[in-house]
Amino acid sequence: MSAVTASSPQRLYPVRRRVPLTRVTKVELRKMFNTRSGFWLMASIVISAVLATGGVILWAPDDQLTYSTFATAIRFPVVIILPLIAILAVTSEWSQRAGLTTFTLIPHRSRIITAKAISSVLIAFAATVLAFAVGALGNLLSAGVTGTTPVWNVTLTQCLYYLLGMLLSLLTGFMLGVLLRSSTGAIVAYFVLTFVLPIVFGLLGDNQLWFHDLQPWIDIQFAQGGLFVFERALTAEQWAHIAVTGVTWLLLPMAIGLGFATRAEVK
Amino acid sequence: MITVEGVTRKYGSFTAVDDVTFTAHVGRVTGFLGPNGAGKSTTMRIMVGLTRATAGTITISGRHYVDLPNPGLDVGVLLDASAQHAGRTGREILTIAQQYMGLPRSRVDEMLDVVSLTPSEASRRVGNYSLGMRQRLGIATALIGDPSVLILDEPANGLDPAGIRWMRDLLRSYADRGGTVLLSSHLLHEIEVIADDIVMIGNGKIVSQGTKTELLHAAGTVVRAADLPRLDRALGQLAIATTRSQAGALLTDVDPVLVGKVALEAGVALSELRTADAGLEDMFLALTATSPREGTTT
Repeated sequence: MSAVTASSPQRLYPVRRRVPLTRVTKVELRKMFNTRSGFWLMASIVISAVLATGGVILWAPDDQLTYSTFATAIRFPVVIILPLIAILAVTSEWSQRAGLTTFTLIPHRSRIITAKAISSVLIAFAATVLAFAVGALGNLLSAGVTGTTPVWNVTLTQCLYYLLGMLLSLLTGFMLGVLLRSSTGAIVAYFVLTFVLPIVFGLLGDNQLWFHDLQPWIDIQFAQGGLFVFERALTAEQWAHIAVTGVTWLLLPMAIGLGFATRAEVK
Repeated sequence: MITVEGVTRKYGSFTAVDDVTFTAHVGRVTGFLGPNGAGKSTTMRIMVGLTRATAGTITISGRHYVDLPNPGLDVGVLLDASAQHAGRTGREILTIAQQYMGLPRSRVDEMLDVVSLTPSEASRRVGNYSLGMRQRLGIATALIGDPSVLILDEPANGLDPAGIRWMRDLLRSYADRGGTVLLSSHLLHEIEVIADDIVMIGNGKIVSQGTKTELLHAAGTVVRAADLPRLDRALGQLAIATTRSQAGALLTDVDPVLVGKVALEAGVALSELRTADAGLEDMFLALTATSPREGTTT
């Protein structure tokens, strides 16, 4: 046992300033990487982007080796992993009980949740940049292999759509994390919401005439479908679909979840 | 200084903490003693704003915890050493605390040194730590901001005897330098060894509180001698009431010093003279007897 060397109380750090949100955000960002699960989730974004690119080069027909094909292929794995990152960033405070320390060091929980939201959005930005960068490399590489000129058929507007799609899927995870505060519960709910529910809605829309017209106003996945199609600009009605489903599926549950999260005891 | 005033916490019809009032003073180690489920942890959680009080207030050096701009620099908190992300290394957990508080990086290594965690231990993930190592890491997290108040919930749990000795010395010197320490325990002996003041709680209510000497004195003196009847007569002449214990010792309410003087004057050779701690212990046992959780160590 070493001798006690902590110096006398109240001498070392006499200045008291409110912890700025930028600092809290920086720490929250670090916390997304410094666990084993967090690290591998981040790594899996890069790995899956590279694998998807490789898959396109190997198996896509030559006439489809365009930038948009690469971006679309990379999107599939990334859009699944991003929400998981957001979920775990929130739920680990409860599931792993790390919040006992976090919420005593920063007693205003809304600030922690805000910082987590900001850092999740930053990750979504980074993931989008990475997706386009890896896609570009793949596009150049495949053009080199086939000896053709690379086709850059993605406009800036389409890039922004893509980014918005990434953000919305990440926010779905974030909302579930805040609402359920349990890793398992939130992940299961996420898969139900993104994979099971669209199938149910699809069947309903195909077989029930009354639902067919309602579907874009209710089915958030359906409403966002246009964001990842590199073809045409969204119509005003499509934007309205995104706005309405966003409010009902994201903002409302998020507001309810925030109410719980700021009060719920960390046991 | 921690001031707890009339704090009550109800969960539905169950009252976890019932009108608790006490003060943890500067320069002293206050032991918060009670069986498991008595309300110690709930009271401590209310102190740091994790749980809301149904009634009453708690202030730390005159301020509410949630109003502290950077709480880690004023109050060191260890509520549950196991409440950490198992996938993080010990060093990372300390680094997170260091960064939240905005402290210099070197502070992490200083604290690892203070709690005797080696660099290789610090780079292991907390999931592989023993409870004793987690407690050390928790103490390091509590101390890293050089706070003037420490709130520790069962910090000696899982420490080996050398570790308990180390913690006792650490808290003692911390209090001697003007710090305020509040620590809880469900073990009477642990509190007796470390604390200056004792607050005993049972079923959410404060049962007894005071300085350790006061509480122990209230229990009186135990004395044994070769010629016990003669000592008994000598005490009787001074109107000091005595009772004979089952173990063959004499019990009185007065101070051991007085009993010693009487024995000297009566010329009785003593074989044992000590403060009876039975009072506190009896009270504690009575408390734990009504609680079904007696003896568990969580």
